[in-house]
Formats: sequence, structure tokens, C-alpha cells
Amino acid sequence: MASLARRRTTDYVVKAISTGFAALSLVLLAWILWTLLSRGLPALGPHVFTKITAPPGAGGGLLNAIVGSLIQIGVALIVGTPIGLMCGTFLAENGRGTQVANVVRFVNDVLLSAPSILIGLFVYQLLVVPFGGFSGWAGSAALAILVIPVVVRTTEDMLNLVPIGLREAAFALGAPQWKVVTFITWRAARAGIVTGILLALARAAGETAPLLFTSLGNNGWSLNMSAPMASLPIAIYQYAASPFEDWVALAWAGALIITVGVLTLNVLSRLVLAKMK
Amino acid sequence: MNFAPDTSIDIASAVNRATAPSAEPKLKVEKLNFYYGDNHALKNINFTIPEKRVTAMIGPSGCGKSTLLRVFNRMYQLYPGQRAEGKIHFDGGDLLSKNLDSTVIRSRIGMVFQKPTPFPMSIYDNIAFGVKLHESLSKSQMDERVEWCLRKAAIWEETKDRLHTSALGMSGGQQQRLCIARTIAVRPEVILLDEPTSALDPISTSKIEDLIDELKQEFTIVIVTHNMQQAARCADITSFFYLGELIEVGPSNEIFTNPREARTRDYITGRFG
Repeated sequence: MASLARRRTTDYVVKAISTGFAALSLVLLAWILWTLLSRGLPALGPHVFTKITAPPGAGGGLLNAIVGSLIQIGVALIVGTPIGLMCGTFLAENGRGTQVANVVRFVNDVLLSAPSILIGLFVYQLLVVPFGGFSGWAGSAALAILVIPVVVRTTEDMLNLVPIGLREAAFALGAPQWKVVTFITWRAARAGIVTGILLALARAAGETAPLLFTSLGNNGWSLNMSAPMASLPIAIYQYAASPFEDWVALAWAGALIITVGVLTLNVLSRLVLAKMK
Repeated sequence: MNFAPDTSIDIASAVNRATAPSAEPKLKVEKLNFYYGDNHALKNINFTIPEKRVTAMIGPSGCGKSTLLRVFNRMYQLYPGQRAEGKIHFDGGDLLSKNLDSTVIRSRIGMVFQKPTPFPMSIYDNIAFGVKLHESLSKSQMDERVEWCLRKAAIWEETKDRLHTSALGMSGGQQQRLCIARTIAVRPEVILLDEPTSALDPISTSKIEDLIDELKQEFTIVIVTHNMQQAARCADITSFFYLGELIEVGPSNEIFTNPREARTRDYITGRFG
């Protein structure tokens, strides 16, 4: 009986510790969100979305940064998602168990954990220096390089979760491999794959370092991808540390916009995928 | 220790089945050896599968019966390191020949697996997927094909009002009959069943056994089973495998009442396995 009592105590202690740490992480998250909301909400107003960045005291907004971010992230996703998806598919389907796949997986893991500033410098050398200037294209390229390894990793993991039996069943009907992949395994794993793309989007949306040496930022209105381009993270970076109250407020507003944007996308996609099931 | 046959086996029906006139060979296995890497899993198998009959393969786990089944539709070729040597005569050619396309062979020799494997799509699309691989049918032809195979698989009444709902919402037994319907829809000549009822309850099992009896009018059926009563009930021919060798093959009633080999007798009376 003594041992039973001890087991119960151990159980209680372990439960208390794990619950406590779970609560702690929730508290930290809530704290961040609270700070963000309490500082960001008062700073939000129509001017944030209708006016472009302006000198302190001139009543500027973030329109150019918002649009610039949307364009650069959009291009990065358009370029990075297919590459990541196909590479992840190669690792999980065609190349499963081969030496090539092991090498690709290792390199991808390295890329996944590479500091984002390094990626910014790489693109700087590759696209900024030879073409003679900072540009939206270079910013998009840097973000695409961030997107790819995340999509590769989640795609492979999600495809590996699809039971072998499902693939065999499709092969047993006489399906060629590409049809098994596109109609069966992608379909079975689509919720996870889409989540991976959203994760990549979230990462790209919040990164400042890769944009510093690539798209640079732009205080004017520009949709020209070949010229320096504004973006939210860069605007936040510039404004948050500035001594001007209205700039700091705009930085909070920008941070809130990124967070709410990514969060909304996440929730929406989950709802859509749940309905599709 | 006596070797009296298991009286729970329905001998009368097995005898009736086996007295049917002899059939043409559909698949003829000649000197087949199979390897998983260095593991010699099938040893010099010679075996004939008769057309439009039910042939059962029994034997303890790891004896090679499922391996042989997966050679018949070249499923093993999906895995590097697995290889087959020998010949399997099928329709005037060699099934193992590299000249034959695997996708064509699999459309002619279909397979149903142990666990139901519905695709994550509607009941209708589960069937249309396989058909579209090999034929291009109009909408109305496809509708007819779907109904035809669901009726054949004795699941039409349960599914006709929910054809466009997800197949994942069906019960296990229904899913397995859908998988059989999906296989029939491609109109194969041979249907391979790999322990098709081992994951199902007794009622679903009996439905599938009735179905097998119906299907042999049109298809050649090969079934791997761990359930000896099932082999006795469903199969015209039963073969016993042990440690990668084909020990004995014959009409089911003979195998279950009067086996020639001591190892067969030991297995069916439950002395090992």
C-alpha cells in the first residue's frame, strides 16, 4: 500500500510540474499578446492603412509597408511553395531510403536552422551586388529561401504519415506513381501540407534580417519590384527604436497587423480544411 | 494426440465445391524463388491457379503466402531489394517479364488488402479513380459502372444515397466491400485477397465470404487467410505453405479431411502455427 501511495504522489508531482510549465508558456504568450494589443490597438486607425510612411509628426501611415510586405511574401510563396512541395515529395516518395534523399534532407535541415541574416547576406551577394541595387525581387528571393526548407520539412513529414497501405491500394489499381502522389498521398496529407505552407508564411512575414540587405525598405510609395521596397518588419525595425512617439506607435500597430494577419490566416485555413473533411 | 479433422469445418459444402469440373489454369507458377534482400522467402514454388475458382493459401505467419500474392500483381517491385526469379505464366506471357507494364498487370490482376484502405474522397470517386486510370468513360457510363460494381460487391443499397459523401465515414466492413467494389470496377481477371476479413467482425466477414462465392462466377480469386474455416468454406482449392515452401495443394475437402503431408495435418489440427 505504501508503494501505491508513493506512486500516487509521484503521479501528482509530475502532473503538477507539467501543468505548471504549460501554464507558464501560456502566460508568456498571453503577456506578449496583451502588450501587443494594449500598445497596438490605440495606435490603429484608418490612417495606418491609407497613408504611406512619413516624417515624424507628419501623420504618416504604413500603407506602403503593408503592400510591400504582401507583394514580397506573395512572390516568395509563389516561388518557394512549389519548390518546397516537390522537394518534400521527392524525399518522401521517389527518393525514400536513397542516399541522395539523405543528403538533400541533411542540407535542408542545415538551411532550416541557418540564421536568417546569413540568407540576407547570401542574396545580397547574389542579387543585389551584381544587379547594382536593392530591390523587391531580392527581398522576395531571400524570403523564398526561408520558405523552402520549412515547406520541404513539413511536406515530407506529412507525407510520411500517410499509411503505406493507401499508396499500395492505389498502385494495386494500376496507377502510375505520379497519380498515386497527386491524387492519393497529397490529398491524404493536404491539411498538414497547407499548415506547413502557413508556417512558412508566418516565418517569412515576421523576418527583418533577410530584408535589410535585399529590399532595404522604402519611405515612398513604390510597386516597382526592381527598386527598394518597403515592408512591415523593416518599418517596425526603423520606427520602434526611434525617439518619436508617433513612429513608435506605428511600430506597435505594424506588429499587431502582422500578428493578427498570420493568426487569421491560420484559423481560416483550419476552418476551411475542417470543412473539406 | 489424434489427427481427427476439425468437425467445425463445413465438409459438405467443400466437397460440393471441389466436385465442379476442372478449370483452365489462369496463373501457372514455375520454379519461383523470392528474396527480401538476402532472405530467401519463397523456395522453388510450382503452383497452378485455376480460372474462375477460389484458391486459398494458408500457413503460419511468415510462411510466404502473402509474399506469393504480392508477386502475382508485382507489388514487390515497389520495393528495391525485393526480387523474384522464375516464371509465372499468365495469358501466354511471363508475368515477371520486364516487357510487361506493371500498371497493365495490376489492372488485370487486382488486389484487396487486409486493412480497408478507402481513399480520402467520396465513395463515387473512390471507384472512379481506378476506372479513369484505364478507360475514359462519359458521365453516364461512369455512373453505370459505379452502380454495377457496388451491386456486385453487395453494397449498393447501403451507399446509393450517399455516393458523394466521404468514404471515410463508412464502417470497416462497408469500407472493405467498397475496396472490393473498387477493384472489380477496373474489371480485372484475377482478384487477390490478402486476409480480407481479418480486421472485420463476424457479420461483415460472412457478407464478404458470400460475396467471394458470387464473384468466382466471373473472376479468378486467390485468397490468403489465417482462418481455416474460411478456407474450407470459400475455397475450391487450398494450398498449405510452410517456411517458404509449398507443402501441399489440393481440393479443399481433401486438404481439410485427409491431408497427405504430416505438416499440413499438424497445422490444420492446430498442433503448430
